[in-house]
Amino acid sequence: MAAAPSPADVASPGSFTTIIGLEVHVQLQTATKLFCGCPTTFGAPPNTQVCPTCLGLPGSLPVMNRHAFDLAVRAALALECTIAPFTKWDRKNYFYPDLPKGYQISQFDLPFSSDGFLEVVDPKGAFSRRVGIIRVHLEEDAGKSMHDEAAGTADSRIDLNRAGTPLCEIVTQPDLRSPQEARAWLNELKLLLVYLGVSDCNMQEGSLRVDANVNLHIPRPDGSVAKTPIVEIKNMNSFRSVERALAYEAARQWEEWQATGRELGSAPKQTRGWDDPAGVTRGQRHKEESSDYRYFPEPDLVPVRVSADDLARARAAMGVPPAGLRHMLAERWSISAYDADVLVNQGRDLVAYFEELAGLVGEGKVASNWMQQDVLRTLNERGGTIDAFPVRPPALADIIGRIAAGDFDTSRGREIFAEVLASGRTVADVVSSLGIAAVDDDALDVLCRELVAANPKIVADVQGGKEQAAAGLIGQAKKKNPNVNPGKVRAKCLEIIRGL
Amino acid sequence: MSSASPSLSRQDVAKVALLSRLALSERELDHLTGELSKIVGFVSQLADVDTSAVEPLAHPLDSQNVFRDDVVTPSLTRESVLRSAPRHDGESFLVPAVLGETGAA
Amino acid sequence: MPSDPLQLSAVEIVAAVRSGDLTATACTEAFLDRIARTNGTLNAFLCVDREGALARAADIDARRRAGRPLGPLAGLPVGVKDALCTADLPTTCASKMLAGYRPPYDAEVVARLRRADAVIVGKTNMDEFAMGGSNENSAFGPVANPWDTSRAPGGSSGGSAACVAADMAPVAIGSDTGGSIRQPAGLCGITGLKPTYGRVSRRGLVAFASSLDQIGPMARSAADCALTLEAIAGHDPGDSTSLTDAVPDYSRMLDKPLTGLRIGRVPEHFAAGLDPEVARGVEEAFAVFRELGATVHDVRLPHAHHGIPTYYLIAPCEASSNLARYDGAHYGYRAEPGGGHRAEPGGGHRAADGRDADATAAFESPLVEMYCRSRAEGFGPEVKRRIMLGTYALSAGYYDAYYAKALRVRRLIRQDYLDAFESVDLIGGPVSATAAFPLGEKTGDPLAMYLVDMYTVTANLAGVGGISFPCGFTAGGLPIGFQLQGPALAESLLLNATDRFQSLTDWHRRRPPLAV
Repeated sequence: MAAAPSPADVASPGSFTTIIGLEVHVQLQTATKLFCGCPTTFGAPPNTQVCPTCLGLPGSLPVMNRHAFDLAVRAALALECTIAPFTKWDRKNYFYPDLPKGYQISQFDLPFSSDGFLEVVDPKGAFSRRVGIIRVHLEEDAGKSMHDEAAGTADSRIDLNRAGTPLCEIVTQPDLRSPQEARAWLNELKLLLVYLGVSDCNMQEGSLRVDANVNLHIPRPDGSVAKTPIVEIKNMNSFRSVERALAYEAARQWEEWQATGRELGSAPKQTRGWDDPAGVTRGQRHKEESSDYRYFPEPDLVPVRVSADDLARARAAMGVPPAGLRHMLAERWSISAYDADVLVNQGRDLVAYFEELAGLVGEGKVASNWMQQDVLRTLNERGGTIDAFPVRPPALADIIGRIAAGDFDTSRGREIFAEVLASGRTVADVVSSLGIAAVDDDALDVLCRELVAANPKIVADVQGGKEQAAAGLIGQAKKKNPNVNPGKVRAKCLEIIRGL
Repeated sequence: MSSASPSLSRQDVAKVALLSRLALSERELDHLTGELSKIVGFVSQLADVDTSAVEPLAHPLDSQNVFRDDVVTPSLTRESVLRSAPRHDGESFLVPAVLGETGAA
Repeated sequence: MPSDPLQLSAVEIVAAVRSGDLTATACTEAFLDRIARTNGTLNAFLCVDREGALARAADIDARRRAGRPLGPLAGLPVGVKDALCTADLPTTCASKMLAGYRPPYDAEVVARLRRADAVIVGKTNMDEFAMGGSNENSAFGPVANPWDTSRAPGGSSGGSAACVAADMAPVAIGSDTGGSIRQPAGLCGITGLKPTYGRVSRRGLVAFASSLDQIGPMARSAADCALTLEAIAGHDPGDSTSLTDAVPDYSRMLDKPLTGLRIGRVPEHFAAGLDPEVARGVEEAFAVFRELGATVHDVRLPHAHHGIPTYYLIAPCEASSNLARYDGAHYGYRAEPGGGHRAEPGGGHRAADGRDADATAAFESPLVEMYCRSRAEGFGPEVKRRIMLGTYALSAGYYDAYYAKALRVRRLIRQDYLDAFESVDLIGGPVSATAAFPLGEKTGDPLAMYLVDMYTVTANLAGVGGISFPCGFTAGGLPIGFQLQGPALAESLLLNATDRFQSLTDWHRRRPPLAV
C-alpha cells in the first residue's frame, strides 16, 4: 500500500529535503544472555552477572539462546522481512575494553532476515511514511564503559554485566523525511516490539538505542539535486532527543552547505555526538582503521537453518500487530482512527478490556469514550495495570446500560463508577445505596410544574423562542432530586411551557 | 591474484601491527617484514589451485541448529570475576581512560 | 605383575587399584617421585601438584576401603597440557601473557577426568598458545626429548609427550590443531590420538584455532588411549561444536582381528624430504599390518601438498581473533604504564634508546599503548608472527585471496579424504619427515618449522581422526612414528588397528635410556 506523499517529500528551490535513515539496537526480552546463562536483569551491581563466556575467559565457548533467536525471528516477521532459510554467525574484530573477547559475535554477510518495512501513519493525518528495512540481524551487546570526567582520574571503569545481552540490530532505508516522522516511526516500532513481547524498548534503561544517518537533498535552480555529506548522529537518549538532534543537524547542514557547498563523497562519513543539554551535535574524532573489522565465520557456532514449519509456528505465536489491531477495532466497532490509535497505544490487555466492554454494551463509540475519559484517566492516576483494574467490563457495561435505559444521566453514572472503583461494591449495590431510583412520570410532572412556576424569567425566554433557556431548569431539578434524568426534565418542562 | 610472490612493505607491516595491537621496535619491524613476506609468499601458492567451483569450508562438521534453553545458570562471584584483573576498584575493571569515543564506528 | 608402578600400563594400574593390589597413594607417590627426579632435565612439567594429587589419591584409597564406587580411571596419574583450564592450578599456555593465571573453572575434559577419579599430577609444558612443532616456543624453557635430551620432543604437546615417554605419568592429555599430539608422540615413541573434530569437548581448552583444535590422550599404548578416551569423549551441551554421537566402548573393540582391513598408502608421502630411515620404518609397519591380515593399497590425496599453506592461513587467522582477548584489560599480563622498558625476546627488559624507539611510538591514546605494549611484552615471537599473519590475511582487500581461498582448498582436502575412504578403511604413513631434530635446529627459520606438520595438518583441516605410534627406531636410537588416519568417528578402528599392531610388536614398550 503506497503511502500518501507527505509535505516533506518534495522540496522547492531555496529549501531542502531531509533524508533520514535509522539504525536501532533493541535488547531482546530474554531471561538470559545470548550465549550463556547469565541473567539480563537491568540495574544489578557491576560485574555480578558475568561468567567465563561473557567475560571472554580463555577456553570459554558460546551456545546460542533459542528463545533469543525465536524473538528475533518474530520481530523480523512483524517487520515483513524475508527470513533466510540458512543463516550464520560472524566475528567482528576490534579492540575495546567493553568487548572482552576482542570481537563481537554478530552477523555479516548472511543476516537471518532482510527486506522488510514498517509504516507509520499519523493519526491526525499529518503524514504517513512507509520505511523500508534493509536488514534485521542478531548479535551480542558489549559491556559498559564509564568515565567520570569530574573525578579527574585517568581510568575508565568497565562493567561487563551487559556484555553478551542479545541485541537485534534493525537498519532502515533512508526513507524518513523529517525529524517528526522519525520520532513517530520510532514510537511505532517500539509499540510493535512491545506488543510482540520482543523487547521493552526502554531507552532510559538502554534496551533500545538509536543512531541516525542524515543528509540533505537540495534542489538547484537548474533542476539537479545537491546532496550534503551523510552524518551519523550518536548518543541520543530518548525519542525526543532524536527529533531534536535531527532538527538541529538538518539546520546545521543547511548552514554548512550554504557556506561551503561541500557535497556527498567529498569527505568520509562523519560521526557527530548529540549533546542534549547544549542542544547541539559535535564532531567526534575520526578513526582511520576503525572500519576494518576483519569479519570471518564464527568457528565456535554452527549455522542455523529455518524451516517453513519454524516460520509457521513463529507466525502463529505472534498475535495481531498494532497496525492490524487499529484497523480491526475501527472497523469492528465503528470508532475513529484516532480513537483506535489511543486504545492500541495502551497495549494488548487494554484492547482486550475494551473489546469485552464494547461487546457487552453493543456499541463502540460509547465504550471508547468511557475507556478514554474514565478508565484511562483513573488508571493513570492510580497506577497499575488494566488487568488489576478493579472495575471489570461487565460492571462498567452495567453502568453504561443503565444510562442508556434512562435510569440516570452520564454524570451520575460517573459518580457510580467512582464509588464502585473506590468501594469494590457491585453496581446494583451502589445504585441503591445512593438512593438512585428512577423518577416516575408523575413525580417528574409535579417537579417540573413546580420549577416552571418558580422561574417566570426562563418561561418568558422559552416562549420568546430561546428553548435552550430551559437548560437552566435542569440544574434546579437535580438539586431537588438528584435522580432526575436531565433530558426528561428538559422535555417535560418544555412541554409544560408550551401548554401554558 | 597472481602467483608471483607478493612482498609486504614495511608500511603494510606497521599497519598490521597496529591493527593487531602489537608494539614493534624498528628492528622488529624490519625483521617481521622479511619473515612475513616470506610466509605470505609461501602461502600464496594456493592461488594456483582451481577453486572456481568450490565453496569455502568454515566448519569441518555438517551440524546446525545447536541451541540452549533460556534458563538462568549461576554467574561467577564478583570476587572471582575481578580476581585476575590487572587493575580494579572492587567493583569494576580499571583501564586507561576511554575519552569521548564509543567503541565500534 | 611388576611391583614398580612405573612399569605398569594405565589399564593395569586402574585394575590394580580397583582390586586393592596397588594403592592410589603408592602409585601417585611413585610417579611424583619420578617427576621430581627427571623434570629438572626434561622440563616437561610447568607445575606439579604434589599436595593435591596425594590428597586425591588418599581420598580414592579411603573410598576403596569403604567399598564405595570408584570411577573408571581411579588412581591413574595424569599429566594435563597447560592449555586446559584447571581451577585449582595455574593455566599459562606456556606464555608470559598468562603467567600465574588461575581460571575460575575446570575444562570439561578436566572435569570428566576428575569425575573418573584420575589423579592430576600437574600441568605439562607446551609451545606457547599451542603454536609450534618442537616445544621450543615456551616462555618457560624448552622441553627435552627423553630419548636424547639435546633434541626436541616435538610440539606443541611436547611436555605431555615427554611426560609419558619418561614415565612421569602413564597418561597425558594433549591438544592437536595441526599435529600437536601426533607429531610429538611420534618423536617421543609413544601413542597419541587426535579424535574426530567434535568428539571431545573443547570447553576450557584455551583456543588456538577453533575449527581445528581437538583434545586427545597420549599414552604408551592404544589400550591406554582407549581407556582415557572413554572417560573424556562425548557430547557437551556447553560446546556448540560437540558431536552428539554415542561414545563406543573403545576398550572392548581393541582386539578385533584386522582381516580384510584395507589400509591406504599415499605414494606422495614418500617423496624427497622423507628421511630414509623413517621411510624404512614406515614400510616395515605396512608389512606388519599385512601380517595382521590387512591389505595395503595405493591411494591418492591429490591436494595434501596444499595442506601446509592452507593450514598456515586458516590457523593464524582464527588465532589472531582468539588471542585478541589477551590485551591486559580484564586478566593476564598488563604492561606497566610509562613505557621506556621493553621485554627482550628471550625475557628480561632493556631500556629503549633513542635509536630503537617503538615503530608505533606515537600511540593514539594511553589505552592503545596499554594494548600494544602488553601484547608485545606478553607474547613470544612465534605467537606475534602468527597473529600478524592472521590479521593480514583477514584484512580488507586480502580476505578473498587468502582466508577465503584457504577455506575453499580446505573443502578440496576434505573431499580427498571422503574419496579415499571409498576405497580404503584407513590411511597409513609417516607422521613426521624425520625423527627428533636437535634443539635450535629449526628455530631460526619459521617456515622450516612449519613444514614439520606436513603429514598431520590435513586431518585437522578435514576434521578426521588420526593416531600415531612407534614403528621402529633409527640407528641413532630415536623413535620412528607411524600414523593412521580414518574417516570421521573412526576412533574405534584407529585404536583397534594400533592395538593389533602393538600385539605383534614391542616398540611401544621401549623406554628411553634416561640417566637420572
